[in-house]
Amino acid sequence: MRALFGLGLAVMLAVAPPVAAQTQNTLTLGVRSETSSIDPHWTQFPQDKQVEDHIFDRLVALDHNSRPVPALATSWRPVNDNTWEFQLRRDVKWHDGKPFTADDVVFTFNRLRAGIPGAPASPGFVLANGNKRIEKVDDHTILIRTDGPFPIMPEEMAFFSIVAQHRAADAQPSVDFNNGRAAIGTGPYRFVEFRPGERVVVERNPDYWGAKPEWDRVVFRPITQDASRLAALMNGDVDIIDYPPTPDLPRLRQQGSRFAVSEIASDRVIYMQLSFRDVEPFVRNADGSPATNNPLRDVRVRQAMSLAINREAIRDRIMGGSALPTANIVPPGFFGHSEALRPDPFDAERARQLLQQAGYGQGFRITVHGPNNRYINDQAILEAIAQMWTRIGIQTEVVTMPRNIFFTDVIRGDPMSLPGFDVGKFSVWLSGWGTATGEATYTVRGLLESFNPEAGSGNANWGRYTNARVDSLSRRARITIDSAQRLPLLVQATEIGLRDYALIPIHFQVNNWAHKATLQHKPRVNERTYAWDITRR
Amino acid sequence: MSAAAGSITQEERPFRAFAREYMRNPGAVLALIVLVGIIAVAAAAPLISPQNPYDLTQVDLLDNLQPPGSKSFSGTTFLLGTDGQGRDILSAIFYGLRTSLIVGVASGLLALIVGVLFGLTAAYYGGYVDTLIMRVVDLQLSVPPILVALILLVLLGGGADKIVIALVVVQWAFFARTIRGVALVENARDYMDAARCLKLGPLTILLGHLLPNCLPTLIVVATVQVASAISLEATLSFLGLGLPPTQPSLGLLIANGFRFMMSGNYWVSLFPGIALLITVMSINIVGDRLRDVLNPRLAR
Amino acid sequence: MSVFILRRFIQSIFVVFTMTVIVFFGVSVIGNPIDLFAPQECDQRCLADLKVRFGLDRPIWEQYVVFLGNALQGELGKSFQHGLPALHVILQRAPATLELATAAVFLSVVIGVPLGMWAGLKPDSFSSRAIMALSTVGFSVPTFWVGLIFIMVFALWLGWLPAIGRGSTVDVFGIELSFLTLDGLAHLILPAMTLALFNIALVIRLTRAGMREVLFTDYVKFAHAKGLSMRRILSTHVLKNIMIPVLTVVGMEFGGTIAFAVVTETIFSWPGMGKLLIDAIEVLDRPLIVAYLMLVVVLFVMINLVVDILYSVLDPRVRLGDQAR
Repeated sequence: MRALFGLGLAVMLAVAPPVAAQTQNTLTLGVRSETSSIDPHWTQFPQDKQVEDHIFDRLVALDHNSRPVPALATSWRPVNDNTWEFQLRRDVKWHDGKPFTADDVVFTFNRLRAGIPGAPASPGFVLANGNKRIEKVDDHTILIRTDGPFPIMPEEMAFFSIVAQHRAADAQPSVDFNNGRAAIGTGPYRFVEFRPGERVVVERNPDYWGAKPEWDRVVFRPITQDASRLAALMNGDVDIIDYPPTPDLPRLRQQGSRFAVSEIASDRVIYMQLSFRDVEPFVRNADGSPATNNPLRDVRVRQAMSLAINREAIRDRIMGGSALPTANIVPPGFFGHSEALRPDPFDAERARQLLQQAGYGQGFRITVHGPNNRYINDQAILEAIAQMWTRIGIQTEVVTMPRNIFFTDVIRGDPMSLPGFDVGKFSVWLSGWGTATGEATYTVRGLLESFNPEAGSGNANWGRYTNARVDSLSRRARITIDSAQRLPLLVQATEIGLRDYALIPIHFQVNNWAHKATLQHKPRVNERTYAWDITRR
Repeated sequence: MSAAAGSITQEERPFRAFAREYMRNPGAVLALIVLVGIIAVAAAAPLISPQNPYDLTQVDLLDNLQPPGSKSFSGTTFLLGTDGQGRDILSAIFYGLRTSLIVGVASGLLALIVGVLFGLTAAYYGGYVDTLIMRVVDLQLSVPPILVALILLVLLGGGADKIVIALVVVQWAFFARTIRGVALVENARDYMDAARCLKLGPLTILLGHLLPNCLPTLIVVATVQVASAISLEATLSFLGLGLPPTQPSLGLLIANGFRFMMSGNYWVSLFPGIALLITVMSINIVGDRLRDVLNPRLAR
Repeated sequence: MSVFILRRFIQSIFVVFTMTVIVFFGVSVIGNPIDLFAPQECDQRCLADLKVRFGLDRPIWEQYVVFLGNALQGELGKSFQHGLPALHVILQRAPATLELATAAVFLSVVIGVPLGMWAGLKPDSFSSRAIMALSTVGFSVPTFWVGLIFIMVFALWLGWLPAIGRGSTVDVFGIELSFLTLDGLAHLILPAMTLALFNIALVIRLTRAGMREVLFTDYVKFAHAKGLSMRRILSTHVLKNIMIPVLTVVGMEFGGTIAFAVVTETIFSWPGMGKLLIDAIEVLDRPLIVAYLMLVVVLFVMINLVVDILYSVLDPRVRLGDQAR
């Protein structure tokens, strides 16, 4: 025993010295979610994409406000109604020194088109939209043809990264990227190490075509617990964290000497969605007996519910001041945002009157559902809304559950699901939508258009709201190449849908990062954390 | 007449002796008083709480995160402050105690009954009965409780009754296994042979002889299990499963309050935490004392 | 004896088989992984396509048959999320968890048994009462709360120990171990103590209860009468008897400790299997969940087998299953 201990001690002394050889020029990020793969075509999880974007470039990148900007493509234009042309950047080298050409882009398209075996959420579906076909014109020009006009081509080209043909061609998906063999990109950082659950390490690419990266090394450390992540920042284990707990925001902001907070209104709208069936399982009369009709189908009731929500109180009391109350579904500055839609002012008196007019003066009872680990403070928001609705006579109960259970139950009347899950379960629930493309086409189609599996529309319209005018406007917008004509179509569709309270928007999440006061961070509307947004003060 | 009186005193005497024995430990007496007090508070919660924290018209978001001793808009005082939703912590603790105690005791007792039944049966009969029961126990113990609870709560839906069911399913096997271990040892003792020689029925032997002799161990395990039931419920709340957020148990109050811990609003999580600690500690101390008093070999 | 072991072995296999049914169907009832993996831009066609890709469009019994066929060849399916064989993903993380659990069990025995013996020996002394009060605290506080309090006190206020993560590791025969480096030890202490707290309380209680019983038994009285020193009585006669319940519980709790590491690992970002499981549940990575559960089942069944055998060796009064009436 003693001998064993002696041996242990000897080993300890022999290997102890290099206590995490951290150089001055290392940036350590504490992130909420674990990276699952380095293969950029494996998932569309933001926690994966933000790491992959350090290593791989896309044809089109998004700026801080999610507007498309040149990356591996230097320019693009529609050649005719069904064809887009992309000019590729010259003199770009892969991390292993080989030149980047149009062949790599064609290869990437083909890889995605063929489907990545085993990939849980490959962005390949983007290529299926409009049946995109790629043609190489020369080494630095490509054409993309579609069935019918396809206005949001540049935005969609920001969905996926370009991989190296000479590396990825015979690589095992995900696996060979995670071990580094195929993790060769053109991005500002090179792959060093991926230890699942522990860290991802990348280092500066000295030959990067763009601005010179600030950090020699960047380390991503997943820390899922909010409190632990904050503790790690305060303890000096990490330099910056995403999603700091909102109750701590005021203190972090004021403690200017050691820490600072960077924030930006995100593209994610949080809303209450309502179900429009004839009879709802979670709506009852005021005395508790089952309701024989659905009060939620009366627009006055929906308006009353919106008026009863004190959005400012939710922002100040629950979100730590970090939320942007709204009546829109895409944030200000995005293509398709309506200036005419203003958030309903809190007015309980008018809400009660509207209920009275609708014939529900005595109120009714509902149970609202929601996730408790998906959106920032989702459960607390629901509890607060329950208070507010109860005050105007809609007695509200709250049931929350982890998102893995919630997002199946709320789901969409999927006829392929298990018995009991093939119709939507809930009557009123909280959900959220992020406009990843920076413009409203997907958002309007997904949230406001009628549910229609063949057309692929209304895929998040789980309440089955239907409005023929919204449908026709949105459908026209989808095939209008000219932005000047497309914008009013989208705005109009949004305004019609939301004035009819197809859903009740609460706010846009404001995303926060907390970091050492010696750093500066320019945040992004799309929730991703990039090392090049972080500089020394 | 005199015979009847005699039988009463004879039944009374052991209890008196037991009570006197219990009283000899002042700490245990204090714990008992505290426990009785807690139960009384829990039972009387609707009468003594300044606010009904489950009634959403009485809770106001604008009163949220008030420090202890501050006043609300309507003038009532929050002795222990308010939580993130504006609930009065004191009232929430009273109501939460109720929920936690009911969940903990109900699941502990049910699990004990189920576990003891199977454990004793296994130990007494041995052979295939033993094998079958113990394999089921193995089966049960071989899945992490949190996961069993997760799956059950998904299948059953949330709510206090569902939590009790989940906790019983998680805990019964633990009782069964422990009791079987003790009973196997007891089974080999002389008094059991004597009982068998007297040709007593299996039920009489099991309940009349084997069970009382397993009692000390049972009490230890039961107190532990009631405590851990309350604790496990809190953990389930922490993982986002369990009771509805608008009707929080102590565990849920702690879990929700922890978000505010680092920002200096300590009271949201601390006071429910202390209430939980005091409750569980008094249960355990009383249980300990009971065991010391009940253990026949220690009393000898 | 060997007949007993063989029989227990066959029973164990039966247990494992039954568990495949329960686990597979249990896990398949929860949620719909496609809805969690798919980005929101993925429309109904795209969802249907994903469903086919993962074989989730097939009836559940058919999925089970495929799973069982693969399981018999040692293949527990590929993780949706990682694209690797699920078993491989889990085993990658196993050393971290085993290290944590072993450290916790080690702490609980090393701290719990002496404290429990002392409390049993001098039940009325102040120190014993303090020990018992502490053990009560150990039971009463939920693990997650302890973990976060530890982080706040030791990492934030005092700044003695790192808040989260695993320290630098040393490669010992291909297994990454962290307790051999100072940095690794510093990272290990808080999570191990958090995980151990409940077990320490349990061991103290069991040891004390055992002590109180054993000290009044005839053979201890005889040993006293024979004039044996207290030290010798404790170390030979008493300890052996106490160790039976302690061993049982520690044995059973080792599996429980691994399971409960789920919470500890989540709080401390310890890159072990528990955290992997929580993350897998979060995105419903079914093959990973099933593989993890099956691994735990096999582990538990083996532990139970060993404990049963040890039981019979340590206490001859305990009859083995096939000898009982």
